[in-house]
Amino acid sequence: MTPLLEIANATIRFGGLSAVSAIDLAIGSGELVGLIGPNGAGKTTAFNLITGVYPPSEGRVCFGGRDLTGLPPYARARLGIARTFQNIRLFGSLSVFDNVRAACNLHRATSPLHALWRGKAFRDDEAAIATQVDALLEIFNLGRYRDTPAAALPYGEQRRLEIVRCLATRPKLLLLDEPAAGMNPAEKTELVALIQQIQRQFHLSILLVEHSMRVVMGVCQRIAVLDHGVKIAEGSPAEIQHNPAVIEAYLGEDHSENLAHH
Amino acid sequence: MEPVQQLINGLSLGAIYALIALGYTMVYGVLRFINFAHADVFMLGAFIGYYTAPLVPAETVWGGLAVLAAAMLGCAVVGMLIERLAYRPLRGAPTLNVLITAIGVSLLLEYSGQVFFGATPRTFPELFPAQRFTLGSLVISSNQVLVIGVTLALVAALQWIIHRTRIGTAMRAVAQNPRAALLMGINTNRVIAFTFGLGSALAGAGGILYALNYPSIDPLMGVAPGLKAFTAAILGGIGNIPGAALGGLLLGIVETLVAGSALSTYKDAIAFTILLIILFFRPAGLLGKRTTEKV
Repeated sequence: MTPLLEIANATIRFGGLSAVSAIDLAIGSGELVGLIGPNGAGKTTAFNLITGVYPPSEGRVCFGGRDLTGLPPYARARLGIARTFQNIRLFGSLSVFDNVRAACNLHRATSPLHALWRGKAFRDDEAAIATQVDALLEIFNLGRYRDTPAAALPYGEQRRLEIVRCLATRPKLLLLDEPAAGMNPAEKTELVALIQQIQRQFHLSILLVEHSMRVVMGVCQRIAVLDHGVKIAEGSPAEIQHNPAVIEAYLGEDHSENLAHH
Repeated sequence: MEPVQQLINGLSLGAIYALIALGYTMVYGVLRFINFAHADVFMLGAFIGYYTAPLVPAETVWGGLAVLAAAMLGCAVVGMLIERLAYRPLRGAPTLNVLITAIGVSLLLEYSGQVFFGATPRTFPELFPAQRFTLGSLVISSNQVLVIGVTLALVAALQWIIHRTRIGTAMRAVAQNPRAALLMGINTNRVIAFTFGLGSALAGAGGILYALNYPSIDPLMGVAPGLKAFTAAILGGIGNIPGAALGGLLLGIVETLVAGSALSTYKDAIAFTILLIILFFRPAGLLGKRTTEKV
């Protein structure tokens, strides 16, 4: 069966430096895969490769069997790839509702021309989108913030809103870039539950970049490890936990002991 | 009644500055650079009006509105072409490169205008039925009423587009965070092109309204109003739409009040000094917000 996402022998060079070097990664439909590695390992670069921010210097990225070469980021979003950011990138002065509505514009029943004469089809479309947005906000307990500027939300809720905004694009693949950054242990536990809820409810494939082993080991079915832009290991959480190359490159002996308890 | 008369004259002039200032501020909002060619799009608006006026019934409301619409549409197309050909290839280039390109486009439009339209000033035709309303010693021309009315309508329409439509939401999203917008599936190129088109359409309307009140047009006519409108945009708070409108109105009023005083020779110097004083106390402009930048 064709994987949903396939990165084949992909390399990204900046000048003479390889940020990502000949990596291969496949994600199946409905799979939750973790991508870990030390700082500067190339994890966010891999995300930028998938979303089309950077083109590969070599190799290719395929999504749903289609080669994405030359496709701009907004077109990839239309195919069903959505991502969050390490540093939250909400539209700060827009309301929570408008943040999510902006993402809903991908899947509309009417064209921009309909907006000119604002007929029944257009009004129905607008109403349907408003209903969808409100439903998403309710599912993720953000309804009470509907008309609040996104910048005014507490940190944890901003993270949640960013994920909801991604879900509004109706993705097939969700890329989460360090969603647990800056969270306390209780918030991390909530995040794990949230990620599991998303996967259950929306039947998505998820690629998760995360430093928190607690989160990665708690949710991922499979983990790939990058070091200096090279994939050094891939396997189940248990296999990764005991992989000597991973322990040496990233986790450290002590960390490995800690992981055994998860 | 003299100050009231000057106030009305100032509102009329300020409304035109406001229309041009809106274009500067909108483009700055989404791209963070000043489109110095904008003032020359204003000039093109006046010339489009000049050449389309003979095609419609003279001095009729519908004829005048048709010319206004033609100028707005023509300028929108020109604005989008400028963005596509001159600025889009420089997306991501250093700001200075884009700024120099903007000045280059401005000069290209001005001197192409001299080639195609000639350097000699031309008399702009009357588009709307001319009337004068008197109230004691107060005299208001129908053109002044038209300028203020059209400006209010266009600013209201602009606010509605930005806050009540999907393209408006997309514009605000791109202005806030272009990369996030792109990754949410918003075609940022299309949104930026639309922003240029919208800003240029307002400049085109400004060109027509200016020419109705000061009916001598030439290819360099945009330079002075453009500079003042740019100042008005900064005064109101660059990137802030109500701020640009307020800045334009304020500049027009100050300029006209000074022009009507004994110090009329120094009207520009005094007007700009007042603006400098305001900016000294409000560095981000009247409605602008001070922001801290992480370095």
